[in-house]
Amino acid sequence: MELLDFARGPAITVALAIFVFGTVWRLVALLGLPRTHDLSVPRPGTPGPLAAGAKEIFRRMWPRHEFSQSSMFAFVNGYVFHVGLAIIVFAFAPHVLFIKGLTGLHWPALPNNVVYAIGAVTMVSLLVALVRRMTSPVLRLISTMNDYFSWLITFAPVVTGLAAASHLGARYETLLAIHILSVAALFIWLPFGKLAHFFLVFISRGTTGAFMARRGIQL
Amino acid sequence: MTETGTTLGEALARRGVSRRALLQYASVVAAQMMLPASAATTIAAELAKVRRQSVIWLSFQECTGCTESITRSFSPTLEDLIFNFISLDYHHTLQAVSGDAAEKARETAMEENKGKYIVVCDGSVPTLDGGVYSTIAGRTNLDLLQETAKDAFAIVSVGTCAAFGGLPHAKPNPTGAEAVAPLVKGKPVINISGCPPIPEAMTGTIAYVLSLGKIPDLDHLGRPMAFFGETIHDRCYRRPFYEKGYFAKSFDDEGARKGWCLYEVGCKGPVAYNACATVKWNGSTSFPIQSGHGCIGCSEPDFWDRGGFYRPLSAGTSSKTGMYVGGAAAAGALAGLVAATVARKRKSVAMAQPAAQEAESKEG
Repeated sequence: MELLDFARGPAITVALAIFVFGTVWRLVALLGLPRTHDLSVPRPGTPGPLAAGAKEIFRRMWPRHEFSQSSMFAFVNGYVFHVGLAIIVFAFAPHVLFIKGLTGLHWPALPNNVVYAIGAVTMVSLLVALVRRMTSPVLRLISTMNDYFSWLITFAPVVTGLAAASHLGARYETLLAIHILSVAALFIWLPFGKLAHFFLVFISRGTTGAFMARRGIQL
Repeated sequence: MTETGTTLGEALARRGVSRRALLQYASVVAAQMMLPASAATTIAAELAKVRRQSVIWLSFQECTGCTESITRSFSPTLEDLIFNFISLDYHHTLQAVSGDAAEKARETAMEENKGKYIVVCDGSVPTLDGGVYSTIAGRTNLDLLQETAKDAFAIVSVGTCAAFGGLPHAKPNPTGAEAVAPLVKGKPVINISGCPPIPEAMTGTIAYVLSLGKIPDLDHLGRPMAFFGETIHDRCYRRPFYEKGYFAKSFDDEGARKGWCLYEVGCKGPVAYNACATVKWNGSTSFPIQSGHGCIGCSEPDFWDRGGFYRPLSAGTSSKTGMYVGGAAAAGALAGLVAATVARKRKSVAMAQPAAQEAESKEG
């Protein structure tokens, strides 16, 4: 069995199974945790938990005015690579076909050259994020191996995908196999490390919003 | 059949072939093999000097498609080869003699051209159960191959069956079919894969070996770089549609009629190394993609077992992914429920402890 056959066959299947197992496990375990009944009286005039949660989800999508100068760059760069990753994953024709093969769902794709350009921007944006993490004293202090590994596992599919598209470094089938294997590694890591924020981000923001609103914190 | 005593130059002159015609032919061969223009003169000069090379063609587990293909070579034609350049001393389909006389012709050619003859093989070699699944003149293919290859100058495996095992090697490979190269140790083997191979790739490579007396540059799978150096996708005339994102969704939709890229209907051009998109077939008339069907990657090893001809390259190949993912979801839900139950139990134990301590202290 050649590397590409291994990547397209057992590797991606096992990775998807681990991804689904980990995601469902973490979600069910989290949502099934016992809740302590909050005996405190909510502050008068505060919104209900759902409204407060939803508000907090959206509020955190842009920095507060007080912190706009210090954190605007991180926000914008974060948007660049998050939106870039989303476009690469969901608007590149071969990726749409991958999803179609799994779920039967499909949609129109963007021209490949457009996706390549977005891929290059995303790659640079991810590199900038890493440099910032490594040069900022505060970020460096609070960063763990989990952060760096999560960055690497996100960066790898972007780089290998661009290399495969441009036939750089090796034969196409080898580059494609490495790309698929890097995606398999991403699938395996997604539910367990910091990248789990892809499904936990709105839960944690919403919960925080509901919790803070009950105590009368101005959101 | 043999005329190995005379040089090619003499034989051609006798047939009225001019030096200019030979030079033209040499130019075509040089261009096909991606050699500089100056090589044409060398090829012509060397071809004129060489004696007609003895070629023994062995057919094993095959469909004769490779022979069918080579008969459609336009430049050089098969007639050019067998009447002018080579002495085809053994070929089941093309030779006039049969039975013992045929085997005798092979043995004579081997004896008279020891160390100089070229063995061309098509078909894979069965190795299971002593190789009994294919025999010629009462002898197994393996036996015949090893005997004939022993004193050969080089071996040319034509077709994916001889090069990589091909269809007989497809799962479950009931005959233990093997490619030729692993079975003939210590001999240079040139693989010209394809199902069938491009005729000009076969005749061009044979002409190269004849004229320059050496093996052409090969890729990691033993194929001539001149014909197998680039993917079909790299040179496909539909490539601009791929880049623009214009894909045929089926073989009869608007995209297919407009000649858009066939990637979505399973074209394996991006991972198939061959010259179909440049040399083409039937005198450069067309090739499968031009005729509206995606490349099936027939020049690559195990092309039959790579997840389906109509499945896009980027899609997974396992038919059981859904089952595994469904099972994983169920297992994940179960694990999550167990974790939540344990957490609830711990919490209830923790809540019960202070109450019990309070009761005890009151009793005390």
